[in-house]
Order: sequence, then structure tokens, then C-alpha cells
Amino acid sequence: MEKAIKKYFPIFALPTLLAFTIGFVIPFVLGVYLSFCEFTTVTDSTFVGLKNYIRIWGDKTFIHALWYTSLFTVASVITINVLAFLVAMLLTKGIRGTNAFRTVFFMPNLIGGIILGYIWQLIFNGILLHFNRTLTYSSAYGFFGLLILMNWQQIGYMMIIYVAGIQNIPGELIEAAKIDGATNRQLLRHVTIPMVMPSITICTFLTLTNAFKLYDQNLALTAGEPSNKSELLALNIYNTFYGRTGWEGVGQAKAVIFFLAVAAIALIQLKLTRSKEVQA
Amino acid sequence: MSNVRKAKHGWILTLVFTLISIAYIMPIVIVLMNSLKRKIFISNRPFALPDAKSFVGIENYINGIQKTDFFRAFGYTLFITVGSVFVIVLCTSMCAWYISRVKSKWTTGIYYLFAFSMIVPFQMVMFTLSKIADMLHLGNPVGIIIVYLGFGAGLAVFMFCGFVRSIPLEIEESAMIDGCNPIQTYFKIVFPVMKPTAISVAILETMWVWNDYLLPYLVLKINKYKTIQIAIQYLKGGYGAIDMGAMMAMIVLAIIPIIVFYGVCQKYIIEGVISGAVKG
Repeated sequence: MEKAIKKYFPIFALPTLLAFTIGFVIPFVLGVYLSFCEFTTVTDSTFVGLKNYIRIWGDKTFIHALWYTSLFTVASVITINVLAFLVAMLLTKGIRGTNAFRTVFFMPNLIGGIILGYIWQLIFNGILLHFNRTLTYSSAYGFFGLLILMNWQQIGYMMIIYVAGIQNIPGELIEAAKIDGATNRQLLRHVTIPMVMPSITICTFLTLTNAFKLYDQNLALTAGEPSNKSELLALNIYNTFYGRTGWEGVGQAKAVIFFLAVAAIALIQLKLTRSKEVQA
Repeated sequence: MSNVRKAKHGWILTLVFTLISIAYIMPIVIVLMNSLKRKIFISNRPFALPDAKSFVGIENYINGIQKTDFFRAFGYTLFITVGSVFVIVLCTSMCAWYISRVKSKWTTGIYYLFAFSMIVPFQMVMFTLSKIADMLHLGNPVGIIIVYLGFGAGLAVFMFCGFVRSIPLEIEESAMIDGCNPIQTYFKIVFPVMKPTAISVAILETMWVWNDYLLPYLVLKINKYKTIQIAIQYLKGGYGAIDMGAMMAMIVLAIIPIIVFYGVCQKYIIEGVISGAVKG
């Protein structure tokens, strides 16, 4: 059978592999190479070694974006997961209207980041109007604004995954714990949380990478104002590429660092939470 | 006793969640409300209901549709989304079957390359990818489908491979012995079995492509082709001046198709998210 299928390589595998080469492999390899070059287009590059990587650290906006993004990521991972888990716990008790509530909570996920940004810009500016300020008055407003926006968008998505995890816990397990006299708190700590660990793994992974890579919402809500102080890494990289001539190489070097950071965070997180997963 | 307490508890929870749900959809209601108001009243009194003085009927809508060429943007977005999702589901599922059934060093390597591509953030390849797409003249609604197939292949191939492994080989072998060639075997036996995964992949890719901003912005010839997200971002003119009336109206128009899609496919969307999470 394998041989028969092998003959059909051009039909089955080739289209995807060609597109993958154009859409990923070449841009990635070329991207890594260009991070060691000075260039304005792909064809006029000159090799300069590590110069771009050294120049990054002299760029104060990047250091600021790095801190701002890390802080934002930690805050959003914690708030989104705690709230989503809480909502999931309450919505698996079989109360009236559960389905309607799930529908409402999930809905913001389907709306694009640019649109979300402008919706919340209206709301926040409306509130801040009472204090004679706007969202771009301070980077703290941008930070908490983005945090609320991301919670609003993602709680529903994570809740769905937690609900699926909670519903997968065998009923006997909870019964048994109750018969043994476990309190609600013990039940949560020693049965529910260990049993939904796979959901926790995946939800922290998703919220972590989503927050770290956030771009659209950041662009629409504050566009980095005031003076690049509410700029997340992805936006900082974009602005380095397209907003400052002569900095293309530095932009690409930042992108490589950004990629390495995303990869490292994702792998470490997966390893940490996977090790806490248990079997029923 | 405990039953009575539980019922009472449930009633309170329903009430609390009803209030939270109303608060949850408020941002969208406020945008809808403001889309019917005169510009100056949107920025000065965003939370006030439209009254005789501020009400402008559908003026914002007419103005916004003209400014953004909304229906054209809608058409392009629909074409790109449907085209990309169709091509991604068809090509990556075939590719996944091929690399799962033909076992060699090459196919294993390719599989890991696809998995690797999932953690690479778009910023890493955005510059080189947009230049390559430009060189190959992919900056139009048809060409961008190839870019989406290439950059979006990772997750799709990964999810399909996970499923192919669970299909027993015997079914395919007996079909081949009965005289089916691999193409017939694939479309008559394998693809129908993969349908649940295909739906999950289609849902996840639809949510991504429809709402994507940066990739089409960098790849498409922007003066000719704008998607909805790009058209809305373009309402923000130079120096941060926004026509709030048109903005509100276009946000409403952009959300309507999403709500329709959600209403029709809610079941599949929720299932798609869950199975995507488990396999991703």
C-alpha cells in the first residue's frame, strides 16, 4: 500500500509542501539570515555579523516593550485563567440558562482584534472623559485597558475548554471523595484541579502565546501611545521595520529574539504543566 | 434539606450570571447605539441614548460604506476566507494522510517541520514573506490563498496527522485490494472518516483568516484590495483623527456577519475549539 500511495506524491503532498516552502520555510530561513545583514530590500543585503543584535540593546523602546509585554503577559495569563476556571466551575453546576451564558461569554472571540480595539477605545475614552483624560494619557491606562479587553475576549474561549475538562472527570471519583468526607475545598484542590490539568496546560499555553504575540488589539486601542510607552513587542518590531529607515536589520534581529522567546516560553510552560498531569 | 439549598443557590447564580451577561454584551450595545448618533455626540457623550438632537438615522452607515467601500471589502474578505479554508482543509488533509502513511526519514522530518512552524510568530517572517509574495505576484485575493495555505499549514497538518493515526489501516488496505487507487481510497474512505477533524480545522482557520489584519495588510496590494479589518483600520486617518460615526457604523456592519455565522454554526464552533485545544 505504501508504494501505491508514494506514487501519488505530486497530488497528495506537493501542493501543501510548495505553499509551505513559499509561505514559511524560505521566509523563515531568509529571515534568520537577514538578521545578520544590513538591508532595505531582500536583494541588497550586506552581511554585518552580530551588529544588529548589538544595536537592539541600545534601543530603549525595545527594552521598555520587553518589560511591558512580560508584565502584560503575566497579568493576562493569571486573570484570564482564574476567571475562566471560576466561570467554568459555576456553569457546570447545571443552573438554568447555562447554555445562554456560554453563548454570550464565547461571542467576543469571533470578533477581530482591530474591531475589538476600537470598541473598547470608545468605552474607555467615554469613562475617562469624566476625569478629563483619554486612553493615551498614560501607559498604565493602555495596560489595564488591554488587560480588560483581552479578558473580555478570551474568558469565553478558555471557559469552553475548562468546561470540557471538568465534564470529563468521572462522577465516581467525586462521589468517592465526598464519601471519604472531603470538603469542597479539598475536592477542588485534590480532585478537580489535578484532573483538569490537561485543560490548564492548554489554556495557559494559549493565553501565554496570545498575550505575548498580541498585535491587532494593541494597534487599534492605543497604537503604542503615549510616545511608544504602551507598545507591546510585536508592535515594536513592526514599527522598527516600517517606521525607521536603516533599522530593517535591527527589526529582523528583534524578530529572531522574539521568536526565540516565544519558543522558549512555550516549551518551558508545556514541560512544567505537563509534568503535573495525572491519569484517572 | 441539601436539595432545597442547592435550588436556592442555583436561582441566585442564574440571576448573577444574567446580570454579568448583560454587562458582557454592553460594549456592543453601546457601539450600536452610537452608530446612530451625530459624530460630536459620540465623543462627548458616548453613554447617552440617541435623542432628538443627536439622532442621525443611517447617515453614519451611508458615510462609512462610501468611505471604506465596505461591500467590496466584505466581498474580498469572504472570498479570501472561503477560498483559503477550502484549500487548507483539502490540501493539508491529503498531505497529512500522505506523510502519515508513507513512513520515511523525509516524511518524519517534514512532520516535525510543520509542528515547529506552529510556534513561529508572524513577526519572524512578516518582512521576508511579504517580499517573496510580492516577487511571486501573490498580492491579490487568489494569490494570498497560497500564502495562507503555506503559513497556516502547520496547525492543520498537525491536527489531521493526529487523527489519521487513529484510523485502522485495514479499512484502507481492503479498499485498495478491491481495486481503488489511492485517490479513490482517500475520497471515498479516508476523508469521510476525517470529517469531524476537517470541521474543527475549518472553524479554527475561518476564525483566523476572517479576522486577520497584518498578513493581508502586508501581502495584498493595499490600494486595490482591502479586507474588512484593513478597511476599518484605514478609517483612522493620519495623525490619529478618526471619523467616529463611520467607525461605529462599520463596526456594527462587521459584527453582523459574525453573529449570523455564530448563530448557524455555534455547535461546530464550540466542538472545534475543544478538539483543537485537545490536539493542539
